[in-house]
Amino acid sequence: MNIFETAKPGDKLPGAKYITSTCSIYKAVVKKDSTTLFNSGSGEISELLLAVYQHFELHYPKFYKMDNLSKLGWLTAEILLKDSFEKESYQPEQVGLILANANASLDNDLKYIETVSEMASPSLFVYTLPNIVIGEICIRNRFKGEHAFFIQEDFDADFIARQANYLLDKDMLQACICGWVDVLGQDYKAVLFLIEKQKRENSILFSAENMRHIFDNN
Amino acid sequence: MSEQEVYVVADNVFSPIAKTTAINFAMLTEGVSGVTEHLDNTMSPFPFYASLFDRDECFIIGEKNIYTKFEQLLIASISDALMPAAIDPSDKKTILIISSTKGNIDLLEGKNTNAELNKRIALSTSAKLVADYFGFQTQPIMISNACISGGMAIITAMRLLRTGQYETAVVAGADVISKFILSGFESFQALSKGLCKPFDQHHDGLNLGEAAATIILSTNKRYAQNIKVKGGSVSNDANHISGPSRTGAELAGAIKNALLDAELSTDAIGFISAHGTATVYNDEMEANAINLAGLQEKPLNSLKGFYGHTLGAAGLIESIISVHSLKQGIILPTKGYRDKGGSGKLNVSASPVYIEADNFLKTASGFGGCNAAVIFGK
Repeated sequence: MNIFETAKPGDKLPGAKYITSTCSIYKAVVKKDSTTLFNSGSGEISELLLAVYQHFELHYPKFYKMDNLSKLGWLTAEILLKDSFEKESYQPEQVGLILANANASLDNDLKYIETVSEMASPSLFVYTLPNIVIGEICIRNRFKGEHAFFIQEDFDADFIARQANYLLDKDMLQACICGWVDVLGQDYKAVLFLIEKQKRENSILFSAENMRHIFDNN
Repeated sequence: MSEQEVYVVADNVFSPIAKTTAINFAMLTEGVSGVTEHLDNTMSPFPFYASLFDRDECFIIGEKNIYTKFEQLLIASISDALMPAAIDPSDKKTILIISSTKGNIDLLEGKNTNAELNKRIALSTSAKLVADYFGFQTQPIMISNACISGGMAIITAMRLLRTGQYETAVVAGADVISKFILSGFESFQALSKGLCKPFDQHHDGLNLGEAAATIILSTNKRYAQNIKVKGGSVSNDANHISGPSRTGAELAGAIKNALLDAELSTDAIGFISAHGTATVYNDEMEANAINLAGLQEKPLNSLKGFYGHTLGAAGLIESIISVHSLKQGIILPTKGYRDKGGSGKLNVSASPVYIEADNFLKTASGFGGCNAAVIFGK
């Protein structure tokens, strides 16, 4: 048993990092900390995203303007943080995001290009960048810290863990949301992890292996 | 654990102006710009100003059927940067990092979408092809973070090298200007009707540009006399997805953190290579940020009047040109800048400035509220 694992909730050990919350939206199921909170049955993606928004009684008019990638990432972050994150314990600059996916913003790019021959849509064009989902989560939560969007063929837990470790170990961040948000047509998967230095109820040790395990089982 | 220093080994700027850094730099000192007026119905119904390669230009010989224009640009740029450098891409301690905002998106135009095309467009497909071309053994890293992608790629490389996981990073970026990108900036009314005028009183929008650039970084002590990447930081405005911060406080925060990371004070900065897109919003925000960071007296330039906004390549090109400025003691002028903006809050270089500088700051900002600051020095 490692000392970080035996720490009690509330303990803050030097160098320790924990996954204090996890949320996934995949195959019409919303899970938090591996427990199913909502299952919309089947349904096409835009219906699912709206159903999740309504089920969790979220109120954020900007949601309706977002593309599917931003909606998916934003919803996952909302549920990840709800009742699990003490925002007041952090300065805006101390919270950051490390996200990745395989298809960048292609889902929305395909919709934007449809408009180009007639009247190019600025409201679609702005979502033709994958990092916009980071911007949406930052705006919602006033997160102003380090962030990055990487493109990977598959979720590379080792790489993401290394990036987050660097920022947390050097105190560039005190909390980091990391994970995967990918949409292309009707295929989608989002798995987000909240990484903090303080152990909380149900938290598990932050490691690439633990992230990979959760990613594969959600 | 003490971190390792990161040195600049070699570089390339591959642009419509020239295909090596040395010739690019020489042309810039002569005032040559790649931005010209284009009339091309396949791109836009209106005439537009941009820095573009010739439409049918092929950038690598013999293999044009395999590689897209985007990939050819990356390969041509990396090849030139690798040439004088004793770097073995197949070394297990060498990593390839690629930055781009839109990669192969031009392939979408005039095509019906299908799974095969979607896969061909994916950045990971391009990265794999480019990595295989040179024989890289490690998994390449792809960054797509709007207009700070190039700067972020350098910061990511610096961090990976500092921890000792890799000894060498080949960092390359490129973007191709297509109807997709041009129409988007047009729809935002972000394009200038003529040559862009960064930080000028009459700045009225940006010019787009296509280019590729490569910078090779290493922790090997044999390069200890070279320019170093000393620090970097990224921040988010948390304000608006397509408009910059009202105050510039977040870019200023990134600048302060980059200085902390480099263990330097503002006094140590000799000049600033700004993002300077020539849109009113960007230039104002950047001027505010630089004032908040206490760097308003430092000579500053924007190279967008030479290259246009080269998106995923911009941070790399502007860093590389500025590294050469640092070595030669010449700060290049801001092409297109004539009159001080109403705010007049910056020391914009309108003509070449000869100075002895030890360090410079590179800044960038982009959609999604992202900001990056990188510090290079002797």
